[in-house]
Amino acid sequence: MLTWGDITSTFPELALVVTALGLLLLETLREPPRDKLVWVGLAGIVVALVLEVGFPVYGQFYSGMIAVGDFSRFLNVIFLVLGGGALLLAVPYLRKTLEERGEYYSLVLFATVGMMFMTKAHDLAITFLGLELLSISLYILVGFYRNRVSSNEAGLKYLLLGAFSTGFFLFGAALIYGSTGSTHYDAISQAILNDTHLSSALTLTGFGLLLIGFSFKVALVPFHMYAPDVYEGAPTSISAFLSTGPKVAGFAALLKLVVVVFAVTTRHWWGAIWVLAALTMTVGNLSALRQDNLKRMLAYSGVAHAGYLAIGILVGSLESAFGIIYYLAVYGATTLAAFGIVAAIEKENEAGLEVTDYRGLARRNPVMAAMFALALLSLAGFPPTAGFFGKFFVFSAAVSEGYIWLVVLAVLNSLVSVYYYLRPVVAMYMETADDESPVVLPATLVPVLVLLVVVALGMGVFPMLLVSNSAVAAGSLF
Amino acid sequence: MPECAALNDWPGWGINGSRGWTHGHNIMIVDYLPILFVITLAVGFAVGMLVLSHFVGPRVSDPVKLMPYESGVDPKSESHPRLNVRYFIVGLVFIIFDIEIVFLFPWAVIFRDFITDSSFIFWEMVFFMAVLLVGLIYIWRKGVLEWE
Repeated sequence: MLTWGDITSTFPELALVVTALGLLLLETLREPPRDKLVWVGLAGIVVALVLEVGFPVYGQFYSGMIAVGDFSRFLNVIFLVLGGGALLLAVPYLRKTLEERGEYYSLVLFATVGMMFMTKAHDLAITFLGLELLSISLYILVGFYRNRVSSNEAGLKYLLLGAFSTGFFLFGAALIYGSTGSTHYDAISQAILNDTHLSSALTLTGFGLLLIGFSFKVALVPFHMYAPDVYEGAPTSISAFLSTGPKVAGFAALLKLVVVVFAVTTRHWWGAIWVLAALTMTVGNLSALRQDNLKRMLAYSGVAHAGYLAIGILVGSLESAFGIIYYLAVYGATTLAAFGIVAAIEKENEAGLEVTDYRGLARRNPVMAAMFALALLSLAGFPPTAGFFGKFFVFSAAVSEGYIWLVVLAVLNSLVSVYYYLRPVVAMYMETADDESPVVLPATLVPVLVLLVVVALGMGVFPMLLVSNSAVAAGSLF
Repeated sequence: MPECAALNDWPGWGINGSRGWTHGHNIMIVDYLPILFVITLAVGFAVGMLVLSHFVGPRVSDPVKLMPYESGVDPKSESHPRLNVRYFIVGLVFIIFDIEIVFLFPWAVIFRDFITDSSFIFWEMVFFMAVLLVGLIYIWRKGVLEWE
C-alpha cells in the first residue's frame, strides 16, 4: 500500500512533471508567451532542486521500486543542473533560428525526470521506464528542427538505433528475471550471492545484454557509430544535453547496477569490459583527431571520455565509484559549457562550426575564448583543472586493483587528446580571422560559464563541493 | 551533508577480498546450452521458414494472383498512394487513448478492495487521467482533431 512517504520521495520529479505539463498547456494558448516559457521551465528546475536538496529523504519507497539516498540525490542535482543548462543554452539558439516553442522546454524537463528515475530506480522495470522516458524525449528533441534535413536524419538514426538497443536491454532484463525470479535489485543480488538463481549462465548472458543496452546509451565503441552524426545533426543546444545527460545517467545507472546487483557477475565479464574501455578511448581519441567540425570533435571526445569512465565500471571498487561520480560531475559541466560556446558562435544555417571559424576569438570576445580554453583544457585533463583530478581518481583506483596496462593505455590516450583539444585554442589565440568583428556573449550563457569556472577550477577554490559530495554518494552505494 | 569521513578510508578501498571474481562459481560451457538452443531456434525458425517457403510454396503467377490484395475487392488505384499525414496522427492519438483503457481495466477490477483502506487509488487515477487530459487539450488546440 502506498503511503504519503512514497509520494514525498518523488516530489522533485512530480514538480518537474507538473511544470512540463504546464508548459505544454501554455503552448496551447492563443498567443503563447514563448519568450517567457524558459523562465517557467527554470522555475520548475529550481523548485525541484530545492525539494531534492532541502528535504532529503532516505530509504526504499513504492514497494521497494525506488531507493533514495545520497547517491541518487547528488546525481539528481547534476541532472537538474544539466537540464537547466540545456534550457538556458536553448534560448539564444532557438531565437536565432526562430524555432522557440514550448515543446522544447517541456521535453527537456521530461528527459530530466527520466534521468532522475534512472538513478532512483531499485528495480529493473523502473530503470527501463526512466531510460525510455529519457530516450523518447531525446528522439523528438534531436529531430526538433522539422525543416532541417540534418536534424531529421539525426532524429531518425537515433530513434532506430535507440529502439534496437532498447531491445537488448529488455531481453537482458527478461533473462535475468527468468534466472533470478525477480526484477528487484536486492532480490537479484541475493539470488546471485546465495547461488539460488536458475543458472549462472543465464544471469551472465542477461547482464551482458544489459551491458550492450547501456553501451549504446553512453556511446561505447563499437556501439558509438550513431554519436557523431546525431550530435552533428541535432540542434546544438540539444547536442550539449545529449552528450552530457544520457551519458551521466547511463553511467550512474550502470554503476549502481554493477556495484549493488552484479558485483560478482561483472567480474566474469571483465575481459569484455576491458576491451570495451580500451577500444572506446582509442577509437574515440583517434577519430577526434581527424575532425574539423567542433560538434563532431566534441562528440568523439565524449566517446573517449566514456572509455575512461568504463575503466571505473570495470574496477567497481568504492574508490572507483567515487572517481566515476566526480568525473561525471566534471565532465557534465565542462562539456555543457563547451557546447554552449559552440552554440553561441554558430551562425544560422549551421555555419560557423569549423575550427577555422574560431580564429582570433581571443580578440573578438576574450571572455568566451578564455572560457572555451578552460573547458577544453579541463576535458584534456591539464593539472590545475578538475578534469585532471577526475582522471586521476579513476586511474588510481584502477591501478590499485591491478589494471596497470589499461591505465597505461588511458594515459597515452590522454596525451593524444591534447592535440585536438588544443587546436581550437591555437586558432583562438594565435591565428587571425578575415573578419575580426566582435562576437556577442549571450546573457543566458553566463550562468553556464559560471558553473564551468566553479567546477573546473573547483578543486582549488571549493575543494569540498564536489569531492566530499561524490565520496558520500559513492559511500552510500556500498 | 555529512563531513568527508569516507575519504579517510581510502587506503582500504582498493582491497575488497570478498568480491574476487572466482566466488565459487564454476560455470561450464554446458550451462550455456539453453542459450545456444534459443539462438539456434530463433535463427533456425527465421531461415527455415524462408527456405521452406522457397522450396515448398507453389509458384503460380497469373494476373489475378499478382494483383494487390485488398480484401477481395479489385484495386482501384496505386498500391502506395500518398496518405494525408492526419491519418497517422489520428492513428497515434487512438493508440494512446487505447492504452489508457488498458490501464483502467485492472484498476477498476481492484478498485473496490483498495478504496476501503484509503482514497489513494482514486486520486492516483485522477492524476493519470489529468496527464492524459493535458495531452488531449494539447492535440485539440494544435488542430489534430480538425478535419477541415
